[in-house]
Amino acid sequence: MSKKKSFLAIELQIRVKPDHSGVVTDGVKHSMNPFCEIAVEEAVKLKEKKLMKEVVVVSCGPQQSQETIRTALAMGADRGIHVEVSGKDYETLGPLQVSKILAALAKKEDAQLIILGKQAIDDDCNQTGQMTAALLDWPQGTFASEVSLEKDGIKVVREIDGGLETIKISTPAVLTADLRLNTPRYATLPNIMKAKKKKIANVKPADLGVDLTSRLEVLRVDEPPQRQAGMKVETVDDLVSKLKDAGKV
Amino acid sequence: CSTFLALIPPSELTDQQKEFQQLARKFAREEMIPVAAAYDRSGEYPFPIIKKAWELGLINGHIPQEYGGMGLSIFDSCLITEELAYACTGMQTAMEANSLGQMPVIIAGNDAQKKKYLGRMTEEPLMCAYCVTEPGAGSDVANIKTRAVRVGDDYVVNGQKMWITNGGKANWYFLLARTNPDPKCPAGKAFTGFIVDADTPGIQVGRKEMNMGQRCSDTRGITFEDVRIPKENVLITEGAGFKIAMGAFDNTRPPVAAGATGLAQRALDEATNYALERKTFGKAIAEHQAVSFILAEMAMKVELARMAYQRSAWEVDQGRRNTYYASIAKAFAGDIANQVATDAVQVFGGNGFNSEYPVEKLMRDAKIYQIYEGTAQIQRLIISREHFGKYKK
Repeated sequence: MSKKKSFLAIELQIRVKPDHSGVVTDGVKHSMNPFCEIAVEEAVKLKEKKLMKEVVVVSCGPQQSQETIRTALAMGADRGIHVEVSGKDYETLGPLQVSKILAALAKKEDAQLIILGKQAIDDDCNQTGQMTAALLDWPQGTFASEVSLEKDGIKVVREIDGGLETIKISTPAVLTADLRLNTPRYATLPNIMKAKKKKIANVKPADLGVDLTSRLEVLRVDEPPQRQAGMKVETVDDLVSKLKDAGKV
Repeated sequence: CSTFLALIPPSELTDQQKEFQQLARKFAREEMIPVAAAYDRSGEYPFPIIKKAWELGLINGHIPQEYGGMGLSIFDSCLITEELAYACTGMQTAMEANSLGQMPVIIAGNDAQKKKYLGRMTEEPLMCAYCVTEPGAGSDVANIKTRAVRVGDDYVVNGQKMWITNGGKANWYFLLARTNPDPKCPAGKAFTGFIVDADTPGIQVGRKEMNMGQRCSDTRGITFEDVRIPKENVLITEGAGFKIAMGAFDNTRPPVAAGATGLAQRALDEATNYALERKTFGKAIAEHQAVSFILAEMAMKVELARMAYQRSAWEVDQGRRNTYYASIAKAFAGDIANQVATDAVQVFGGNGFNSEYPVEKLMRDAKIYQIYEGTAQIQRLIISREHFGKYKK
């Protein structure tokens, strides 16, 4: 099973809402999160190596989430599950709620492996994979840059601050994909056409017995401070005295 | 007066059309744009890009499904064409030349010919070419001099072709040659369309021509010296060639118009982004009306060109004769691509004239859209003829 998220396309100018309650998302193009793309690619590769039988892609969100599911189907996933979350619920949907949904689906689908992107590039939470594993009491291989399925478990090479760490975990397990895990394929035109025949099931969080209430309240969203103009100085002494004046030294 | 139905094309693309467009856009932005300037400078044929596009199914879209293709509608292939042209029309023209070369076979080939020559295009990334223009005859196709003489079971061809896109890279050509030597014979009966394998003895491929723009596209002169073509490679029958050669254009002019629109859209985007950043007299140049009006007119032209090619594509997909709309789309898109690209250079000012900025290439690339696939003047001839045709009832 692999989970994908839609995120706001990076080339756009992001604007904070006038009431500072969040970021403007109306009419803004959403695309598949890059790390999730890598996760889908890894799942499809495992299926092509005949190590996995079926790849199911999941996306939680409003109607337009179906587009990202279709892209994943065109990349080679077998079927999709669209968990419908919209309106206020979607605004407060966070890693905790998503991981509850994924845990419920994993049990329902009898999944052996869950692959997610390590984090979404709009909120950078980096929590869903870890929380999902905890809720299921499954081992986790996060920040994976290399994954190999072996007889007695999964070998995962993880990217950590100090370098690379290799671990072995048993299945069923949760993996989160890091940048260097693979290079996602383009969906080819013939595969886009074939994907139309693949099924996307519609599920409501209530059907899975998941409570979407958020435990977090966003108090305020602000843009980063405007960059101040710099100053040119003639000598090092000038620089030091200006720094002292500004209270920086 | 004539009655006509006001037919409104779909205002929203289908999900599949959006996905095709997204794929083409992604490929264009991530694979083509980063290397376009280098290919323009070197003039090297962009085969690595063409191969990748072929692997993704982005070219040869017109080939029917029975022969291994995707049988895309002209509308769908136009969507893809516009996205690829946005990135680089040199590369896109090399790909589009395949469609032009294939079209006579698609519309007039028999099953054996289609299997043999269209089938191979979907099995390997091969190129083909449309071989009609000569040094002495471009617009005046009926005046071509290349001769094909029936000798036994073959035709022996002698002549000179010029400005053949993909000339040096093609695996096979669609060739138009004169089979009836009688000067009084009407054009509709005097010419024959052939499929010619490029490795046939007697074919001499000329040097790669250095052009103003679309420089990575391969354009050459080709000489035919006693080239033997088997009679099985005649399309339909001896004498049917002119109509086949011209009939291809109703299907290929919409995509060419789409290509010109893609170039114009790119010019508009580049100029707009620049205008929002460049400051003069205390504000972004976009805030000066002289500049914003230029951009507004560029936007008008791009939107209208898009609507024109979409209409012409939709008409032929509905099974109707679209000559009028195809000519209008090609003429308009070619003209505005030149205007919009020139305006983009103007918005960039001094920077626009410089090769470090992307717009001078667009201006050089745009010019050919008023020349190939029927010059701007020929289009006007066709449009006026079709236009008057509606009134004489």
